[in-house]
Amino acid sequence: MLAAQVLINALVLGCLYACIAIGFSLVWGVLNVINLAHGSFIVLGAYGAWWLYHAFGIAPWYALAIVAPLFFVFGYAIQRSILNQVIAAPVLVTLTMTFGLDLLLNNVMIYFFTADFRKLTLSPPVGSLSFGGVVVPVDRLIALVLALALTFALYVILRRSRTGRAIVAVRLDRDAATLMGVDVKSIYAIAFGIGAVMAGCAGVLMALIFPISPLVSTAYLTKAFVVCVLGGLGSVSGALAGGLLLALIEGVGSVLFGPALATTLSFVLLIVFLVVRPQGLMGRKGFE
Amino acid sequence: MPEILKLDNVSRRFGGLYALRDVTLGIDSGEILGLIGPNGAGKTTLVNVVTAVTPATSGRVAFAGEDITRVKSYQAARRGLSRTFQVVQPFPEMSALDNVAAAAAFSRPGTSLHAARDAAREHLAFVGLEGMAGQSAATLTLAMRKRLELAKALAMRPRLLFLDEVNAGLNTAEVERATGLIHQIAKSGVTIVMIEHLMKVVLNVCTRIAVLHNGALIANGAPRDVIKDSAVIEAYLGQQYARRHGHG
Amino acid sequence: MKRSDLILIVLVLCLAALPLAGGAYTLRLGTMAAMSCILALSWNVIGGFAGYPSFAAAAFFGLGAYTTGILLGYKVPLWLSLPIAAGLSFALAGLLGAVLLRLRGHYFAIASLALVEVLREIVNHATDLTGGGMGLNIPVTAGTDIMADARFFFYAMWLVLLVTTIAVIAVSSSRLGFGLSCIRQNEAASQMVGLNTTLYKSIAFGLSACFVGAAGGVYAAWVHYIDPTDVFDILYSVKPIVMALIGGLGSSLGVMIGALLYLVLEEVVWRNYIQFHSAVLGALIIALLLFLPHGLTSLRGGLLLRRLRGA
Repeated sequence: MLAAQVLINALVLGCLYACIAIGFSLVWGVLNVINLAHGSFIVLGAYGAWWLYHAFGIAPWYALAIVAPLFFVFGYAIQRSILNQVIAAPVLVTLTMTFGLDLLLNNVMIYFFTADFRKLTLSPPVGSLSFGGVVVPVDRLIALVLALALTFALYVILRRSRTGRAIVAVRLDRDAATLMGVDVKSIYAIAFGIGAVMAGCAGVLMALIFPISPLVSTAYLTKAFVVCVLGGLGSVSGALAGGLLLALIEGVGSVLFGPALATTLSFVLLIVFLVVRPQGLMGRKGFE
Repeated sequence: MPEILKLDNVSRRFGGLYALRDVTLGIDSGEILGLIGPNGAGKTTLVNVVTAVTPATSGRVAFAGEDITRVKSYQAARRGLSRTFQVVQPFPEMSALDNVAAAAAFSRPGTSLHAARDAAREHLAFVGLEGMAGQSAATLTLAMRKRLELAKALAMRPRLLFLDEVNAGLNTAEVERATGLIHQIAKSGVTIVMIEHLMKVVLNVCTRIAVLHNGALIANGAPRDVIKDSAVIEAYLGQQYARRHGHG
Repeated sequence: MKRSDLILIVLVLCLAALPLAGGAYTLRLGTMAAMSCILALSWNVIGGFAGYPSFAAAAFFGLGAYTTGILLGYKVPLWLSLPIAAGLSFALAGLLGAVLLRLRGHYFAIASLALVEVLREIVNHATDLTGGGMGLNIPVTAGTDIMADARFFFYAMWLVLLVTTIAVIAVSSSRLGFGLSCIRQNEAASQMVGLNTTLYKSIAFGLSACFVGAAGGVYAAWVHYIDPTDVFDILYSVKPIVMALIGGLGSSLGVMIGALLYLVLEEVVWRNYIQFHSAVLGALIIALLLFLPHGLTSLRGGLLLRRLRGA
């Protein structure tokens, strides 16, 4: 029974991790930028959901429709105005730049919302379902379904839309894509916008389940890191595989070694994976 | 003459693809061996295997009687194996002098930087770049960077020198100049293996020719004999045939 | 010795005269300045000389702080604890470096970042030794007089800075520095000329860690109390990078000036915008990278003007 519960928890958590990581992965894969502000983007999305619910009574699943376009504009603007200026600079510069962005954003959130944890409590509470002893809270179930829907939506956009194909083309070979007439700078901005949308939406889902505070942004960011490294960069399937693997390791790890060591375990695993298999489970090699 | 390099059934696989397949080849001290073959035949892979850039998947490589199959590339370099690259590999921000000095200093642990720079000056003069000593490598022309690459390789005081298409991209006068240098290097007692596409240069310079095709050694002997070999002609003609029809 | 190295030494020596000038506040600033310079100069060895974007400084700062703190708890004197902390940092960095420095670019950056997290978690869980999340109280080592205390720790930090400066200058003019420069510019070619790149990179990583470890040790003794979130703060990794970026990568003198400038900026921001302290810092970082992409060196030749017009 314990095993089944651990598996179910890992499945739910894994899909949420994938959702956290997918925008980060897209930006890293396409722009070759590690967005250190990704965690703060997620928290900002979570505050969005909290505010919309407590001020206007808009349920989080509807809030997605409001949060998503706002975040797209937000991400697109950041890329256009700031990041595109240094996109060709060495790794160090873009990393430091997004770190500055994170400092800024996090500080602003602490100012407006304080560092205190707050929880979005649905009223009436949605309760939980039980399948022969395995318990699944309904809010987690809703988050799971929404996470899968979002992930699938991104997959379809990358696969089917013209812009999506252009994004993939830029990821695979930027120079060739330029020669084919793709406006790389604008694709970068769109990709970063989509990355922000995924972060914001992931934040909304997190608000359903976890308490919100600017202090947890680093935790989200590190999850995104680990998922990307485990699963491989820039692909939807990689993020899913990485998310599920991470959740499974954390679940099994905390049963075996206690929850305190689960994080350490995932970081050790991160380093091992980086060294042994830098392309991840599903990724291909050659992206720095 | 004693054998300086010996490859025994050397293979190198990339995934399912064999870049080198069971190559057995000996090189005598003092030779100038021409390594030829169509594009993708495995010539550069062979050099990479010997200089430990990409280790052999199977087989054995011996240099001066010692097994070097598993050594690291910096160790191979210190033993006296040096090479030039098809795509030149300078230290772009450094002066030409320091580029060569780096080769002199690191190929022999214990060489002081001062002594390395002195040696570097001589090697730059040998390839005719003494006037460019202070220029950063990034500002040199391609022909100059090729000669810089050669000076670097020589500064390592090699016993065996691999030249990977040193003439590619050079004009006739530059090729003639490079050929003269190769003759001089050989005369100083360095064994040379050169990958070369210009048949004129190969026939002019080489004492022996080895032909690779699809990763396998298909011919090996005196230049005049090898170019009449039917397998060699087929390997080249086959490719030309394919090229003509591929474009038609 | 190059002229810029000479200026660097003179600058460090001038810093030693600081206690003549002011009170406890000046000394606190001076100690912070010395610490920042140690961090920035150390980062420059791996990040500037060898070109590996390391975010590991906080890991070794914390390691040094805890090593020293624990040793002081066992009544080991400070002058012995600090070299032990430095040696441990060097050894750990050297060993890890042999593995981690196989990674390049973003992957190395992440791995070095993860190192900070791993060490912090380990310290957090080794409650018996470190006090875990409750932190570690460190017995007072200097006199009870506030001024004497401030002066003592200023000179302790300054001494570490002096050693760091001498070491960094020695590296930059040695075979090691030459080799690291080769590695930064073309690692494959470095190997082909006989350079043992793994060894050189590991030594560089070790050197970039050991003085940071010692600085962490002085810091721990100075503040008398440390906890994992304080000394394994990722800002200890990022600030040296920003300082080095301000100064223009590579040159030790530039990096040191960058560190001092950054500190002045930070102090001004702290005083005037305490609530928005990190926001202003973030905005500064962004502005710096946008308008001074090569640090202070971009001020030369009107590059800044061109940049402003272009942006």
